[in-house]
Amino acid sequence: MSQAATELIRISGHAGVVPGKGLNREFQVCKLVDTTTCIGCKACEVACLEWNGYTFSETVFDNSYQTMPETAWNYWNLIKFNEHERADGSMMLLMRKDQCMHCADPGCLAACPADAAIVQYANGIVDFQEANCIGCGYCMTGCPFNIPKFDPPSRKVFKCTLCNDRVSVGLEPACIKTCPTGCLHFGTKSEMKELAEARAAQLRDHSGFQDAGVYDPPGVGGTHVIYVLHDAKNPELYGGLPKDPHVPLSVRLWKGPLKWIGNFGIIFGVVGVFIHYLRFGPKVVKEDEQESHGGSE
Amino acid sequence: MSGEPYLLPNGRVLRYSFHERLVHWLAGISYLYLLLTGLAFWSPWLFWIAVVLGGATISRELHPWFGLIFVVGVSLMYRMWHRQMKETPADKAWWASIGHYIRNEDDQIPSADRFNPGQKLLFWGFFWNGMLLLLSGLILWLPQYIPWNLRFLRLAAVFVHPVCALATIALFIIHVYMGTAMERGAFGSVIRGDVSRAWADKHHHTWYEQLLRNSAARK
Repeated sequence: MSQAATELIRISGHAGVVPGKGLNREFQVCKLVDTTTCIGCKACEVACLEWNGYTFSETVFDNSYQTMPETAWNYWNLIKFNEHERADGSMMLLMRKDQCMHCADPGCLAACPADAAIVQYANGIVDFQEANCIGCGYCMTGCPFNIPKFDPPSRKVFKCTLCNDRVSVGLEPACIKTCPTGCLHFGTKSEMKELAEARAAQLRDHSGFQDAGVYDPPGVGGTHVIYVLHDAKNPELYGGLPKDPHVPLSVRLWKGPLKWIGNFGIIFGVVGVFIHYLRFGPKVVKEDEQESHGGSE
Repeated sequence: MSGEPYLLPNGRVLRYSFHERLVHWLAGISYLYLLLTGLAFWSPWLFWIAVVLGGATISRELHPWFGLIFVVGVSLMYRMWHRQMKETPADKAWWASIGHYIRNEDDQIPSADRFNPGQKLLFWGFFWNGMLLLLSGLILWLPQYIPWNLRFLRLAAVFVHPVCALATIALFIIHVYMGTAMERGAFGSVIRGDVSRAWADKHHHTWYEQLLRNSAARK
């Protein structure tokens, strides 16, 4: 895409301005995952592997339908299963499609030191550029959702691209395309937000889920993957979805105040010793001077 | 290797033994690499340093290994010097006259032993920050082995590592400035190992006196 650079709004580890910031008119894209209509068929898991060209890897059985404990570097889309006992003793099988949330304020990008290893497009997609990745793993620490995963042989980190390659040519992501129940939707953020709110209201008004709601956490500026949950007050029930995710404080301090204090300190130190030299000069040993002028003892 | 100074036949004083010089430069050269690659990861404006040093991927790969070399150097320094680096009651008076030291009013400074209190601060600063850099560095080296429920370790490491690195940079700037520009003769002492008698007498008077007493006793 010739316009690729003008579609960026954030670049990791980048000195200076982002080339196209504010130039491009783009819709903010969004995936909507309605956990209340997911049947746990895992078609999205397969579609993700198919489109991205990964082979099926070994699964881990842990007395549940879940394929493996968490997403992997080559398994970006995982349905998390949780058998939840409600207050009245009835059971619910909660299923949530876990993947990169494509935060508006991405912690991975904030933590990344490598120039353009992580970029954020004007449409909201946060994408890893593995060619620029140096394998430090800071993104794994910056992410509040445990999404970026390290591949030891290649020393690169991988995650869901929100099918940037498909979206950029006007297609929906592979997981959306394959979902048989229509619990996955794709569109602009405002459309998806509207649809999600309507569905949540329906659940509250007609299905007896008083706490039904939309998960679009403001702590990370909102996300470009949003959920409809039966119980939006306890997102942790859905395979450990964090209640109030933020870019971690230590990452914020490190990339914010510490950077300024450190840069100022280093410059102050170097300039300071130089000025000291100009003002006070070296500590000269007098007898040495005589020695050097008068030859050997 | 011990702190026992002695007079060389050419009338100069041996300040640092071969072993001490070797260990100093083991730590010093590995620190230089750590500093340069660390600065590249610290700021996007300095990322070019990693490019110059063979690419950021290689820098990321080698930085931890150089870290281990540095820690070996620091540990050997600890073995050689920790006794001589112990704080003594006399240090207080030296610190009280730090203003004179800065203004080169050297006749008003209490005499120093083999290491003056400023050098002791440098040593312990590098030692303790080095230990914290090691611990946080091990976590940053292999973050994929720190499970999600121990995530606080990674979060602490990304903050502790640069804080300690900055502390060593502050010490490093002063150390290099004093060792090369400010204290003439100091750089030679850590390269060739020897200093003039006058230098020893001026900068480490207590140590020099001890040296004279010892050599008199030997005769």
